[in-house]
Amino acid sequence: MIHSLFIINSSGDVFMEKHWKSVIPRSICDYFFDAQRKASGNEDIPPVITTPHHYLISVLRNNLFFVAVCMTEVPPLFVIEFLHRVVDTFEDYFGECTESIIKEHYVVVYELLDEMLDNGFPLATESNILKELIKPPNILRTIANTVTGKSNVSATLPTGQLSNVPWRRSGVRYTNNEAYFDVTEEVDAIIDKSGATVAAEIQGYIDCCVKLTGMPDLTLTFINPRLFDDVSFHPCVRLKRWESERVLSFIPPDGNCRLLSYHIGSQSVVAIPIYIRHNISFRDVGGGRLDITVGPKQTMGRVVEGVVLEVPMPKCVLNCNLTVTQGKYTFEPVTKVLRWDLGRIEPTKLPNIRGNISVQSGPPVTESNPTINVQFTITQLALSGLKVNRLDIYGEKYKPFKGVKYITKAGRFQIRT
Amino acid sequence: MKSELNSDKKEKKKEAVKKVIASMTVGKDVSALFPDVVNCMQTDNLELKKLVYLYLMNYAKSQPDMAIMAVNTFVKDCEDPNPLIRALAVRTMGCIRVDKITEYLCEPLRKCLKDEDPYVRKTAAICVAKLHDINASMVEDQGFLDQLKELLSDSNPMVVANAVASLTEINEASSSGQPLMELNAATMNKLLTALNECTEWGQVFILDALSQYSPKDEREAQSICERITPRLAHANAAVVLSAVKCLMKFMELMLADSEFVKNLTKKLAPPLVTLLSSEPEVQYVALRNINLIVQKRPELLKHEMKVFFVKYNDPIYVKLEKLDIMIRLASEGNIVQVLSELKEYATEVDVDFVRKAVRAIGRCAIKVETSAERCVSTLLDLIQTKVNYVVQEAIVVIKDIFRKYPNKYESIISTLCENLDTLDEPEARASMIWIIGEYAERIDNADELLESFLEGFHDENTQVQLQLLTAIVKLFLKRPTDTQELVQQVLSLATQDSDNPDLRDRGFIYWRLLSTDPGAAKEVVLAEKPLIAEETDLIEPTLLDELICHIASLASVYHKPPSAFVEGRTGLRRALPKSSGGNEGESGGEQPPQQQQQQQQQQPTVIPNQDSLIPDLLNMDINPAPVAPAAQPAFTGGTLDLLGGGLDSLLGGGGGEIAPAAAPAAANNTTSAGLLGDIFGMASGGAAVYTPPKQVWLPANRGKGMEIHGTFARRGGVITMEMTLHNKAMQPISQFAIQLNKNSFGICPASPMHVPAPVAPNQSVDVSLTLATTGPVQRMDPLPNLQVAIKNSVDVFYFATVMPMHIFFTEDGAMEKRVFLATWKDIPSQNEVQFSIENINMNVDMTSRPPEASNLDANLHLDGISNKLQTSNIFTIAKRNVEGQDMLYQSIKLTNGIWVLTELKVQPGNTTIVLSLKSRATDVAQGIFEAFDGILHC
Repeated sequence: MIHSLFIINSSGDVFMEKHWKSVIPRSICDYFFDAQRKASGNEDIPPVITTPHHYLISVLRNNLFFVAVCMTEVPPLFVIEFLHRVVDTFEDYFGECTESIIKEHYVVVYELLDEMLDNGFPLATESNILKELIKPPNILRTIANTVTGKSNVSATLPTGQLSNVPWRRSGVRYTNNEAYFDVTEEVDAIIDKSGATVAAEIQGYIDCCVKLTGMPDLTLTFINPRLFDDVSFHPCVRLKRWESERVLSFIPPDGNCRLLSYHIGSQSVVAIPIYIRHNISFRDVGGGRLDITVGPKQTMGRVVEGVVLEVPMPKCVLNCNLTVTQGKYTFEPVTKVLRWDLGRIEPTKLPNIRGNISVQSGPPVTESNPTINVQFTITQLALSGLKVNRLDIYGEKYKPFKGVKYITKAGRFQIRT
Repeated sequence: MKSELNSDKKEKKKEAVKKVIASMTVGKDVSALFPDVVNCMQTDNLELKKLVYLYLMNYAKSQPDMAIMAVNTFVKDCEDPNPLIRALAVRTMGCIRVDKITEYLCEPLRKCLKDEDPYVRKTAAICVAKLHDINASMVEDQGFLDQLKELLSDSNPMVVANAVASLTEINEASSSGQPLMELNAATMNKLLTALNECTEWGQVFILDALSQYSPKDEREAQSICERITPRLAHANAAVVLSAVKCLMKFMELMLADSEFVKNLTKKLAPPLVTLLSSEPEVQYVALRNINLIVQKRPELLKHEMKVFFVKYNDPIYVKLEKLDIMIRLASEGNIVQVLSELKEYATEVDVDFVRKAVRAIGRCAIKVETSAERCVSTLLDLIQTKVNYVVQEAIVVIKDIFRKYPNKYESIISTLCENLDTLDEPEARASMIWIIGEYAERIDNADELLESFLEGFHDENTQVQLQLLTAIVKLFLKRPTDTQELVQQVLSLATQDSDNPDLRDRGFIYWRLLSTDPGAAKEVVLAEKPLIAEETDLIEPTLLDELICHIASLASVYHKPPSAFVEGRTGLRRALPKSSGGNEGESGGEQPPQQQQQQQQQQPTVIPNQDSLIPDLLNMDINPAPVAPAAQPAFTGGTLDLLGGGLDSLLGGGGGEIAPAAAPAAANNTTSAGLLGDIFGMASGGAAVYTPPKQVWLPANRGKGMEIHGTFARRGGVITMEMTLHNKAMQPISQFAIQLNKNSFGICPASPMHVPAPVAPNQSVDVSLTLATTGPVQRMDPLPNLQVAIKNSVDVFYFATVMPMHIFFTEDGAMEKRVFLATWKDIPSQNEVQFSIENINMNVDMTSRPPEASNLDANLHLDGISNKLQTSNIFTIAKRNVEGQDMLYQSIKLTNGIWVLTELKVQPGNTTIVLSLKSRATDVAQGIFEAFDGILHC
C-alpha cells in the first residue's frame, strides 16, 4: 500500500517526510520535479507518475503537494482519497493546512500520520477517533499539560474504534442539545456565447452539526427526495432505509460531518440564476473594448450576492481602463486576470463594467476570447428546489433545537465569450 | 540533548524525545542518540512510549545490535493489560525491519492474533504482512498464514477487513502469484457481511478481494451484485470504483439483455458521473476507468455526454481524457453538440489540447458518417484561422477523411493548397503530398506543387520523401504526357542520391514497374485502398476484458495489464468470467472486424516497429560505407534477378499487399527486410539441436575472401554467437569488429569481438562472442532475423541471419501448474497456432514390442522428449493421456518476458507430433516451432 509520504511546498522543498515501511530516499521526488518541469502549471502535474520502481501518487491542496510513494499495484483512488483525508484532518486539527502550520506542529503531524496509517494500511481516519487518541493542540491545554504533567495522547482505547458506530463516541453529554443542517448547492455550468446553457449541473451537500446527548437515532425526510440523480452518504446513513423509503436514517457522528452529497443535472433541467451580457473585442482600432452587464434570472425572488467576475485575459493585454457602476475591479498585469467584485445585484439597477483594453502592438490577436468565471451566492435557496421536510429523533427523550439553512453558490460557473 | 534524554524528570525526557523526533521528521540524522532514546522506552507514559517507538521504527535498521535491547520491552508490552499498549507493541514490532529481532517476535505475535480484544487482533493481522515482507519463509513456516485465514471468519468486521488486506498484500508480494485466499461461497458470505460494517478502507480491500471470486452461476452472481450495489452510494470514491469493478465483472456472467443487467447499468451511471465533480485527481482516475467502461459497455453513459465537456480551468490531464471519452460517446444524436464543443476547444491556448481537439473532429467525421460534411466545414473554418499548428493538424485529419470518404470532399482541395507553404511538420507535409498525389487529376498545377517539394528533397523527413515518390508516380500514371521529366527526376533522386534503402527499394520497384509493365503499375499504385476503420485506438478486446478486471487499480490508469509494469509480477492474469448464456456468441460476432485491426495495432506495443531499419545498420560507426553493395544500381545479372525475384513475390502477393505501401498511413517499410534477406540469399536458419550446426553466413566471394560460418548457442543462461572466420584471400585479414543491428530481441554484443591475431591466408579461427539481450529492440520480419555488420582490414560486410529461437528460452521458464492452467484458458483461442513436427525418430523397439509393454515405453519415450526439451529450457508442466494420445504441456519464457505455452500431442507409433502453441504474441510461433523441430530431430 502506501510506502511513504512527502510533503512539498510550491518552491520545491520537501519539508516533511514520513515512511511507513523502509525509508525511501528523498531523491525519489526528483521524478516528481521532472514532471513538474514538464507541466505548464502546478495544477497540470499528472496525479499518477511512474518511476522505474515506484509509483508516485500526488494531490495538490493549498499549494502543497502531498506525494505518496507506492511500490505495488494499489487502487490509486484509495491513495488519493487517503491523501485528501490527511489534509482534511490537518485542517480539522490546526484550522488550516499550510507549510508553517505543519512545521509548527511537527510532532502532532507525525503522531497523526502514524496513527492514520499502519504499514501503509489506513488505521484510524475518523476525526472523532483521532481526536480521542491525540488531542488537538490548543494553548490552554498546552499550559495545563505542562503544569500537571499530563500528555495529549490518550491512554485509553478510543471507544468508537471497534463498535458498530465507529464514527461516534459513547457517553456524549450536552446541556444544550442541538442539530443544525446546512444544505449547500453549487451550480456548475458552461454558458456559450449566445447565453444558451451548454451544460449545467448541481453538486449539493448536506453538512450537519449535531450536538446531542447519548446515542440519538435521527430520521431526516425530504419533501421531494426523487430529485437526486445520485447520492453518496456518510457511512452512518442506513442505505436500506434510503433504498426503500427515501428517508435518511442515521446515528449521527458527534460534531460536524458531511452527511450526504448529491448530484442533480443529467435528468432534470437546472435553473440558471444569473445572466451576463458581454461584448469583448481586442481587434478594434486603438485597442480593445470590454462591456459586461450582469443581471438576475430565475432566482425565485432571492437576491444574488457576493458576485465576482474573473476574466483571464489573453497574454497580449497590457492593461484595462474601465469604469464600473458598482463594486470595484482590479487587473493583475502578471497573471492577466481581470477581477470585478460587484457585491449584490439590485434588479432595478444592473451592474455594468465598460472601458478600453490596451493591447500589445504587433501581430493580430490569435487567441480566442476569454472565458468568464463567475462566483455568487444566494442565501435561503436551494436552487434545485430541495426541501427538508422534518427531523425526528428516536432513542433519546429530550427535545433538541433544530434548524436547516439553505444556500446556493456558483461552483465552476463559466461563460464563454 | 543526551543529558536531557537521560534526565530524571519525565517532562524533560519527553520534551527531549520530541525534539529528536522533530529533527528526524525534517530528515536530519539523529541515529547517534539511539541508546539514549531507547533507554526512555521503559515508561508508563504512553505518549513517551509512542514517541520512542516512532524513533525506533526509523532507526532500528541502522543499529540492529542496539535494537535487540528493545525486544524485551516489546515482549513485556504484549502482555500488558491495556489493549492499546498490546496493539501498539505488536504494531511497532513489525516495523522493526531487523532479521535478528523478528525471530523473537513470533511468539508474541501468535498470542496477539488470538487476543481477546479485536483491536489487538486487527493490528496483529497487519503485522503478519509486515513480517512477511521481512522474512517470507518464516511467516509460512510458523503457520501465520493459516492463522490469518482463520481471521477471515472473525466476528469483528474490522478484523476481517485487515486480514483480507494483509493476505492481499502477501499475495501481491509472493512470486508465485497463486491466490492465498480460497474464495468459496462460505467465505464470500462472511466477506459480504463484513463489507456492510467495516470502515471505508476495509470496504475497498474486501471489494477487491470479492472481485476475484468467480460465482458458479448467474443466480449467485446476481445475489452478490445486489449486496454490492449499495456501495455505489458511498462518499469515498475508492469504494465506489471498487464496487463498479465488481459489478462490471459479475455482469459478464449474466445475459446481456436481462432485466437485471439493464437495471444494474442504470445504477452504474450516476455514481460515475458524480466522481467527475470531485477533486481533479479523482476525476483523472475516474476518467481513465470510464474510458475502459465505455469501450466495454457503450450504452452505460451514452446519455451523459455533457458531463465530459471541458471547463477551461480543468487541469490538462483531465481535459485530454475528457476529449477521448467525448469521441467514444459521439453518435448521430449528439454529434452537433460535440462538434460545437470541439470547435470551441480548438481555439483555446494550450497547444497539446488544441491539436487533440482538431484530431477529434476528424475522428468524429470518420465515426459518424452523417456528420462528415459538418466536420469538414468545421475543419475548413479552423484552417481559415491560419494558426499554424491548427492548420497542420487539420490537414492530417482531412487526409484520413479523404481515405474514409473517397471522392466526396475534393472541392476543398484548393483551400488546402493555399496553406502549402506554412506546413513545416513532416506529418502534415506528407499528408498534403498524399492528397495532391491522390487527386492529381483534379489539381491543375499538381505537377508544379509537387515539383516545389522536390527542390529540397534531401532535407525532407523520410516519411515525406516516400510520400513524394509515391505521389509523383501516381501523378505520372494519371498524366503521363507532361510529367515524365518529373518522375525521372524523383526516381533518380530516390535511387541514386539517397542513403535510405527503404526509399531506394521503393524507387526501384516503381522504376521496374513503370519500365516493364505500366499497366501493372497502374493496377498496383492506383489500386483501391482498403477503407480505414471507423474507430481507432480502441483497446484490443482481450486486453480490455483483462483491464475491466483491474478497474480501480493502477493497471486501469495505465491501460496495461499489471504484468506489463509491476515488478516481479508473474503470469497470473485475470480474465472476465465467461457468460453461460448467449451473449458470448453475440459479443464474439460483433467484434471480429475490429479485433483484427486491433491486433495489428497491438503488435507494435510488444516490439517497436521496424522504422528506418536499414539506415541504422548503415549508419553504424564502423566505416562510412557509401551504399550497401547489393543495392547499387550497377547490378550484376545475378543480383538483378534476385531483386526481380523479390519483386515477383511481392506482386504475387496481390495488389492488396502493395496498396498499403502506396497508401500514406501504411508502414513505409513493408517488406524491405525480407527483401534484403532474399537478396543476400540467406537461408532461414534451420535450427537444430541444442546448438545448431554452423552455417555459411558470408560466402567468400561476397566477403572479399573472408568466409564466415556461424551458429548461436545458449549455455548456462549465456547466449553466444560462435563463428569460424576463414581467410580465403591472399593476404592476412585483421582488425575485426562487429555490430548488430537493432533486432526483435534486443540482442547485442556483451563485449567487443576479440580476434587475437591477424588471420593468415588459408587459415581459420574460431570466435565466440557473448551476447546480451539488453540492446535496443526493433521488430524484425521474420522475428528472429538478425542483421550483422562485420568490419575487417579489407572492408565492411553486411549479412543477415536467422537466430534459432531456443537461445531466448530462459532458465526460469517453468510455470506453476495452476498459473499455466489459468493462462492457457486466458489466452484466446485465436492466439493458438498448430504445427506438426514430422519424422520424429521414435524408439524403434517400441512398435515391435507387445502392446502391454508399449505403455511403459511410451512413458519412457515421453520422458526422453521432455528431458531433451528441458535442456533447452522448455519445461514440461504436466502430462496427460487422452484416448491413447499422450499430451505434454510445456511453458517457455523468452528473454523479453513473453510467455509461450505449448501442448505436444504424441501418438504411440506415429512419427508425427502435433504442436499447439499459445501466446499473447503469436508472432513468435513460427520461430518456436522451428526450435522444437530442431531440438526434437537431434
